[in-house]
Amino acid sequence: MLELFRFPGGVKPASHKQESAGSPIAPAPLPGRLVVPFRQSATGAAAIQVQAGDKVLKGQTIGAAEGAFGTAVHAPASGTVVAIEARTLPHPSGLAAPCAIIEPDGEERWIDRVPLDPLGDPESLRARIRDAGIVGLGGAAFPSHVKAKAAIDTLIVNGAECEPWITCDDRLMRERAEEIVAGARILGRLMGAKRIVFGVEDNKPEAAQALRAAMNECDGTSCQVAAVPTLYPAGGEKQLIRVLTGIAIPYGKLGPDFGVQCFNVGTAYAVARAVLHGEPLVSRIVTLAGNYATPGNFEVAIGTPIDALLPLGQPRADTDRVVMGGPMMGFPLPDLTVPLVKASNCLLAMSPALFPPPPPEMPCIRCGACTRACPVVLQPHELYWFARSKNFGKAQEYHLFDCIECGCCAYVCPSRIPLVDYYRFAKSEIRARERDKAAADRARERHEFRQFREEREKAEKAAKLAAKAAETKAKLAQEEAAKASAGEAAPEKVSAGGTAPTDDKLALIAAAQARAAERKATAAPRNTDALTPDQQAQIAEAEARRAHAEAATKDDA
Amino acid sequence: MLSAILVMALGAVVLGAALGFAAVKFKVEGDPLVEKIDAILPQTQCGQCGYPGCKPYAEAVAKGEAEINCCPPGGEEGIRKLADLLGREFKPLSGEHGIEKPKSVAFIDEQTCIGCTLCIQACPVDAIVGAAKQMHTILAAQCTGCELCLPPCPVNCISMVALPETLDTWKWKYPQIPLVPIKAVAHA
Repeated sequence: MLELFRFPGGVKPASHKQESAGSPIAPAPLPGRLVVPFRQSATGAAAIQVQAGDKVLKGQTIGAAEGAFGTAVHAPASGTVVAIEARTLPHPSGLAAPCAIIEPDGEERWIDRVPLDPLGDPESLRARIRDAGIVGLGGAAFPSHVKAKAAIDTLIVNGAECEPWITCDDRLMRERAEEIVAGARILGRLMGAKRIVFGVEDNKPEAAQALRAAMNECDGTSCQVAAVPTLYPAGGEKQLIRVLTGIAIPYGKLGPDFGVQCFNVGTAYAVARAVLHGEPLVSRIVTLAGNYATPGNFEVAIGTPIDALLPLGQPRADTDRVVMGGPMMGFPLPDLTVPLVKASNCLLAMSPALFPPPPPEMPCIRCGACTRACPVVLQPHELYWFARSKNFGKAQEYHLFDCIECGCCAYVCPSRIPLVDYYRFAKSEIRARERDKAAADRARERHEFRQFREEREKAEKAAKLAAKAAETKAKLAQEEAAKASAGEAAPEKVSAGGTAPTDDKLALIAAAQARAAERKATAAPRNTDALTPDQQAQIAEAEARRAHAEAATKDDA
Repeated sequence: MLSAILVMALGAVVLGAALGFAAVKFKVEGDPLVEKIDAILPQTQCGQCGYPGCKPYAEAVAKGEAEINCCPPGGEEGIRKLADLLGREFKPLSGEHGIEKPKSVAFIDEQTCIGCTLCIQACPVDAIVGAAKQMHTILAAQCTGCELCLPPCPVNCISMVALPETLDTWKWKYPQIPLVPIKAVAHA
């Protein structure tokens, strides 16, 4: 049996898992329109590869992976791309971004699904994970192929699902354990892991049992299932690593620095589908929990609008808002037309009775309850003061960016301060400042280069002029010398007040005039030069007549 | 007595040599204060402060010739940072140098552009590409929004476009308690 450890802090909110955990995963019907955002991962959008009017097959790539952190996006159903347009995304900002609007034809025709050898070349396996559009399905949506680059000893598969109300991973483990184990083995082999540990909270014994059974079927040498104590946030990456291996990862470091990497069970399942069946990630399991008459788990095509999905759970009449994610870390949806994305694990319907609005914020009394609850061993009250006073440098010194925004501090705060909101504000302000700073540095560099270039051009011009002047001077001196040696007899011009420089200048002017005259003579031939003898004769005749006439007028005078 | 004098003299020579060496080896190039001030300034190079760029303004501030509140793109926050750095009193932005505007970039209406290159010569960060009698365009990623290209344009084809908020630049707002009218609460 694996020795388990404890992480500091943590809270125990009411789990509310039983409401939705009992019902098996049901396929959700396809909606009339699918809205597939091209931005599905935390790191950026895919390159659009379809146009309005294109026919697409289920699983066809509509957005290609771009850059080191890009992942592909696929058509979740066969049908027609009706439009490519900006739609509101399920994001706290409520901003719009490009989406493919697909009208499913209901035939569900797949692309050619080509399985890949799970024992094959790691590079092609990683490419498959990227091109199958697999991102972390636990909610952070970080590209999995990037995480799979690390070389590690221990692979941890995260089935803790610590957040209240959510049961999608629980159902997935109960029903599809074999494929989760297969996916974990692919990932483990890919990263050279010597052992694979599944972490499942002990409030999900059926899920742990299903995983153990699946492991028995394949050879269970390096695999283990550990039932971790139910304590929020046991499913946080660093927390789960600490519980299962005892490694406390310091501030600013990540699991792979210590030979550990963590993947969600849903991600492992998606990897198995992509490698063993050639199916890209086009659907996911979503929990409908909260204020519903029939809560449950559904397998939903990515891009299904939320308002088409909610009726499956029959939300009660007093539902006033829907949160994407759980009650601790989720965010209220800007509106219900937004589509389901790869990061959506739960749609929590809220009503004033079930989730009363937060009471007004009171002043911080520095009681330290948040510090005791913080699972990352930060000082949340200090961070709160720094964020509140916009003292961002100090907040960073107190490791603001190690905050996982789990919400434990706000949960225990007796003054009901929305602490996480302050940290999010501070984090995004710091990121914006870093962006501005980078832009300013770039502008400074470009400005300095421009000045350098202008200086250089000026210097080049001056050098050219100086060279020319020196050349003229030398020529002049030469001429002067020639004149002096040739015409010693010629009377020397000596002006009374004429100083040498004026003479020089006069000579320069004269030389220039001579040069100009010469150039004029050579450059502009008279238009009478190239004529036929006939014409020459005519001209001569005309000249003679003119001379004659002139002579006559002179005589008259 | 003599040995004592010799020891002291030797010490003086050694220390003097060490100090002399350090003065040459660790010589501070330029004024570090100017660099620090320049790092705070937004590098728009717009000249609204009355100096031909951010660096000259930084030099003037370091010498005490210029006030710290002459930089509209730096805004109130920039003034606060300068005040902190220099130990001076915070002052609101002086109106004569302009007002703080949202970040925007120049945009050339390519239908109207006659390709005169005047804006290219005015741009302090080389963010305009084009050639004589060819259409010009702005490299939006490099544009600092200094507006120096607006006055030289003979056909007024350049306008300033405020940058829209995107998912990459969106920021969480400062947490605020929503104010609810008492009447509404009473009715609810």
